Amino acid sequence: MSKKIKFLGLLLTLIIIFIILLKGLNVSKDYSNEKLKSKIDFSLNAKKLFSDEIINISDLFGKNSPSVVNIWASWCAPCRQEHQFLMKLKDMNINIIGINYKDSPKNAKNFLSSLGNPYSEVITDNDGTKSIEFGAIGVPETFIISGKTNEIIKKYIGPLTSENLIEIKNLLEKNA
Amino acid sequence: MSNYLGNYSLYIALIASVYLIFKSYLDANSENKYLDKNFILITSIQTIMITVSFFSLVAAFVISDFSNETVFNNSHTLKPLFYKVSGTWGNHEGSLLLWLLVLSIFLFIFLLNSRSQDAKYKLLTILFQQIIISGFLVFILLTSNPFKTLYPIPSEGLGLNPILQDPALAIHPPILYLGYVGTSIIFSASLAAMISGNIGDNWARHIKKWVLVSWVFLTIGILLGSIWAYYELGWGGFWFWDPVENVSLMPWFCLTALLHTVIVLQKRNSFKEWTIILSITTFSLSMSGTFLVRSGILNSIHTFANDPSRGLYILSFLFILILMSILIFFFNQNKISNTAKENFILSKETAILVNNWFMMFFLSVVLVGTIYPIFLEVLNGSKISVGPPFYHNLLIPFLIPFLIFMSFGPSLKWIKDKLKKFNYNILIIFLVSLLISYVILTKTENSFLLSIPLIVLSIYLLLVTIKDFFVSKSSISQKISHFGFSLLITSILLNGLFSNEFNSNMKVGDERIFNEKVVKLKEVNVTDVDNYKSLKASFEVTNKNSSFALYPEVRIYQQPLTITSEADIKTTLFSDNFLVFNILKDDGYYNVRYQYKPLMIWIWISTIFIGFGGLLSVIRKNEQKN
Repeated sequence: MSKKIKFLGLLLTLIIIFIILLKGLNVSKDYSNEKLKSKIDFSLNAKKLFSDEIINISDLFGKNSPSVVNIWASWCAPCRQEHQFLMKLKDMNINIIGINYKDSPKNAKNFLSSLGNPYSEVITDNDGTKSIEFGAIGVPETFIISGKTNEIIKKYIGPLTSENLIEIKNLLEKNA
Repeated sequence: MSNYLGNYSLYIALIASVYLIFKSYLDANSENKYLDKNFILITSIQTIMITVSFFSLVAAFVISDFSNETVFNNSHTLKPLFYKVSGTWGNHEGSLLLWLLVLSIFLFIFLLNSRSQDAKYKLLTILFQQIIISGFLVFILLTSNPFKTLYPIPSEGLGLNPILQDPALAIHPPILYLGYVGTSIIFSASLAAMISGNIGDNWARHIKKWVLVSWVFLTIGILLGSIWAYYELGWGGFWFWDPVENVSLMPWFCLTALLHTVIVLQKRNSFKEWTIILSITTFSLSMSGTFLVRSGILNSIHTFANDPSRGLYILSFLFILILMSILIFFFNQNKISNTAKENFILSKETAILVNNWFMMFFLSVVLVGTIYPIFLEVLNGSKISVGPPFYHNLLIPFLIPFLIFMSFGPSLKWIKDKLKKFNYNILIIFLVSLLISYVILTKTENSFLLSIPLIVLSIYLLLVTIKDFFVSKSSISQKISHFGFSLLITSILLNGLFSNEFNSNMKVGDERIFNEKVVKLKEVNVTDVDNYKSLKASFEVTNKNSSFALYPEVRIYQQPLTITSEADIKTTLFSDNFLVFNILKDDGYYNVRYQYKPLMIWIWISTIFIGFGGLLSVIRKNEQKN
């Protein structure tokens, strides 16, 4: 009898741990890398992709509303894969700023004209230095930036997935 | 080409696995006395297929075949050949393939090495090991196939995270995996022994080799990870209680307990159930490690990808394995013959039991610290961070009784020991260690009450383990490992007590005075090296009568864009001088961190001693057999 109780107790504990870890898998991770730059330097200048006009980065961010920044390139395969989700974000009326990373303007424009342009504005980053400012280590990466404090509140390394969309929407609403 | 080869070899290996599972299950139920020759044949085919698959991935990395998605994501043509090869396992897909490779090779070696064992026992070991292998094969093929192709073929890859481009890290994962995967053999063999009812001194002698081998690899693997963190991460410490570090430490505690328990099983034929429980737990902890690292459930520098589908798979697989082992344990418990003899308080058995209690306590502390944040976040949404203070406060006080037990436990006799007449040697050693500690403690300002007994006892234990080399009759491997351990504890304590540092912003030409030393930033040179831009600073540290130079570096990598700090470390037998700098804004100032760390090198050396003792024991066991 006591063996049965031991067994059932152990089984029950295991099931509880299983459920908690299962839930834990779906809890979002607000990224907390120590090397992540928490504030963006807005004194940078950058060239727009479509108009060749040079602007200050601070002009791009709505002063009190949060923004989504996506770093991409036409040669990057995962960017192509996540593109559909960026289009969905656009359909949800979310403002996305694109940083075109080490790309030829011609290829970049072709990419956007064939797959659709989800960005409200695209700036070019030929030498990759602007992406460094955001603390990016590769493409694609997506950042959510708070409108009030100009801090990065969330960073996605690698392509976005459909689950990320709802999370982004919630994050934006929470920080609006 | 290599993509197809690699991919199809994995399918063939999976077919072999399924065949072996059924065949071994059927044969185990018949009363065959001998192992069918097909088993060795099919197992070797499987091992060869997985090896082929692994090396076709290595080949894809070497020739920079960017039609392979894994290569594209993790390599670059400009990368040195050595890191192209190590890039194979520097990512999620490749590292799992390596896991699988080691799993199958270990099973193969096990079969070759256990000819004298009972057929049913071997069949069941094959069965459980193949269940694990097939689980990993399906996991790789479904969620993490390293041979996914890309079309059109990109002309250039994304590069390997530069932080991972380090010699220690290139060999750290394979060594650690050898340790982790070695525990899978122990797990399968324990379950098999449980069902076939042959747990006893013979089985203990046979499985002890595997316990030792896994333990040695795990020890060295942890050491390499720690060395990497110290030299590459530039934080100036050797252990950060990062969840991923903890995940490798937990199986180590468990395996260390098992290593001692299995000796009792061999010599005294008792602690049978406890040995099995430890075997199951060790492997479960190794698997949980894989789960925690691979699923992205933890926030850590080591986590590769945040992919819940992978996490879900490993979690389910892990729980099926644990459930299976619990069922087997409860249903076969009665097969364990009760040969437990009377235990006396003063005996080696009791000492080993005490060792086990301590190991389990250390394990629980680390386990709670690692997974409690996950639980809390799920249960009430609050985020907490468990840092070093938690571990230090809970672990350090318990070191005191642990050190006391370790100083006399190993020299007790089996079965029953007597309290001897008062031993003057021990008293002399104790007085000497009091004296040494007094001299040491007068040199430091921060004397907590706790550090006094700790220093005294660690030095006492160190002297006792040295004395044992000349007096004790126990095996040389045990003496070396125990000596290594006491040296490790002493070095860590003294290192913690005497380390100091300063942090300051300096520009070229500045001087800072710190602990009677003058630190001067002389110049910063900018040069272009292979695949990164290098800023090399030249510092001069002047002591009272000597001076030395330090050249820390900041590297700006292009693919992918990353800035890393390379610390420069001047190592002597007595201390390390650690200097790291970082770029601030463009106003000519650099952030400089200088650390003085005594006895650093002894932390590495003592861990090598610990591992070497185990290694010696493995070799000597083989010698005795031949």
